[in-house]
Amino acid sequence: MGKDPITIIIDKCTGCSLCVKACPFAAITVTDRLAVIDLDKCTLCGACVEECKFDAILLEKTTDRSDKACDLSEYKNVWVFAEQTAGKIESITYELLGEGRKLADDLGMKLCAVLIGSGITGQSSDLISRGADKVYVVDQPSLAYFQDEPYSAALIELVKKHKPNILLCGATTVGRSLVSRVAVSIDTGLTADCTGLAIDPETRNLLQTRPAFGGNIMATIITPDKRPQMATVRHKVMKEAEICSGRTGDSIVEKIASELLKSRTKRLNFVEERETTVNIAEANIIVSGGRGMLDPANFSILRDFAEVLGAGVGASRAAVDAGWIPYSHQVGQTGKTVCPKIYFACGISGQIQHLAGMSSAEIIIAINKSADAPIFNVATYGIVGDVLKIVPLLTERFSKVLGK
Amino acid sequence: MHFVVCVKQVPDTTDVRINPETNTLIREGVASIINPFDMYAIEEALRLKAKLGGKVTALSMGPPQAETALREAISMGVDEGILVSDRAFAGSDTWATSYTLALALKKVGDFNLIICGKQASDGDTAQVGPGIATHLDLPQITYVRKVEEITEDRIVAERLLENGYEVIESPLPCLLTVVKEINEPRLPSLKGKMAAKKAQIIKWTANDIQGNQQKLGLNGSPTKVVKIFTPEPRKGGKMLTGEPHEMVAELVNELKEAVIGAGA
Repeated sequence: MGKDPITIIIDKCTGCSLCVKACPFAAITVTDRLAVIDLDKCTLCGACVEECKFDAILLEKTTDRSDKACDLSEYKNVWVFAEQTAGKIESITYELLGEGRKLADDLGMKLCAVLIGSGITGQSSDLISRGADKVYVVDQPSLAYFQDEPYSAALIELVKKHKPNILLCGATTVGRSLVSRVAVSIDTGLTADCTGLAIDPETRNLLQTRPAFGGNIMATIITPDKRPQMATVRHKVMKEAEICSGRTGDSIVEKIASELLKSRTKRLNFVEERETTVNIAEANIIVSGGRGMLDPANFSILRDFAEVLGAGVGASRAAVDAGWIPYSHQVGQTGKTVCPKIYFACGISGQIQHLAGMSSAEIIIAINKSADAPIFNVATYGIVGDVLKIVPLLTERFSKVLGK
Repeated sequence: MHFVVCVKQVPDTTDVRINPETNTLIREGVASIINPFDMYAIEEALRLKAKLGGKVTALSMGPPQAETALREAISMGVDEGILVSDRAFAGSDTWATSYTLALALKKVGDFNLIICGKQASDGDTAQVGPGIATHLDLPQITYVRKVEEITEDRIVAERLLENGYEVIESPLPCLLTVVKEINEPRLPSLKGKMAAKKAQIIKWTANDIQGNQQKLGLNGSPTKVVKIFTPEPRKGGKMLTGEPHEMVAELVNELKEAVIGAGA
């Protein structure tokens, strides 16, 4: 199978063992003052290469498939996929425009939005007022709601025609289903759930930083030889672009041939499930309950509190598995990852899987009867006590303070 | 009917602990498990097989030790396991992973339905399922919470969305990714465990699936990791003390502005 892409340069290695500590996969050992890589464990992640002070680790592709790759300089502008539901622009789009504006300014490029749907042309002024210089609109009846194949086809056509440098999309159900197909089709890289985006001042590559292993490790990823550089971003991670009402920009209507917009899948029905409270993925404040709520009936205490705060109601896996609250409310590794401003963890012990889903909240309040609960290790404010007593007191006091 | 489930072996995060001094993951002795989301995919395939008859195959790309994940799948009732394993796959990003699995599926050939978990618990990208469908030019239904109907040539399933769900019909073959809500995975039976012990795991290399070297592993991955670092650990903050009403008063006072700022 040819030579391995990772090698230790024996003349340069001093056996200092910095790489041993850097390896997230415990694949390196030092034997006789030389680093040895266990190739069964190594995933070629490159963490050791960066760490080595002596340039003694070489990681390179053994063949190059950039032959058919493009002239990178042809690719210009930062694009944002403008997600909309029933003609209403989703808030994630404004967050992407806010971040996209910065990237476009750093690159000296234009910020463009791609708006796909039916009867949505009028929305382009909204996108321009949020910072877009240009809006590409595909407004055709067959695109009335999201369908994987026609939406992918439309986006692929636009990318091929206009060659964007960067393409950002929300890490939503629609976004992930869509751009995963687009990236494979146009043969480029896609980085999921970025929490940080920046332009490398030297190479002008997009530096895409994302959590890995439940947020315990962060990785910065680039797409060096392919364009566009594609990334998804979760709700609430980036700051929404402000409305600037006098802004002007171009709205360009693109027509996609209808044979390209065929769908093999067919939507038979759509059932809206209005949550009684706010969707937790988009919530600024979340009130979550866990096993410590003791009984499903006690979730009404949390709902009352959430209502006063205009918050979403979340839950730990334990509460969902017990059948106390539907799965769509579950926060954590097997549920949703949320990024609210304020997160109340009520009767939640703080298992690592739960923390993975909420520890990027700005402020965390933990209320738990056990002072040893791991949730207190990440909490901004902690109260040791009975949630069933504390939460109603909070509801009462906040409703006074907020005049509700 | 031939159902193929794509599974990934991942570290068991219930086992993951952080070394407080170096702030790195302690990996010693961390067990490997089947990606929790893939368990729902396996269970759904077994249920569909029970309804329609046929065969369930579990397919995994990974290092040699991923064989244990396939044996675990067999212990639940899966009929056969295929491990696609080769040094040439090391360093694969989601593009190269979905390419490799798509080639393996082409070699399998006669599948009617591919089922994947909605994402893997270690990478969390949710990109490989749709990637496979694209490489194979198949329709997809992502985030499936219920299979309503299935026949030899069509499927009707509910896809979970942020604001509800939609009922989608697709011709077969197609690819599904499934969410936790879809079912409750069974435990292995004694008979299953015996079968798992005896089972011959089919092993394919890059040559067996006729992989293009330029599209495999590190070579085939458009993305590249340039830096891995450990974020500053979140520190515990202030523990409030006193009687419940005192703690509540202090907390409300501290949070008042932030709560108003958050739009309450």
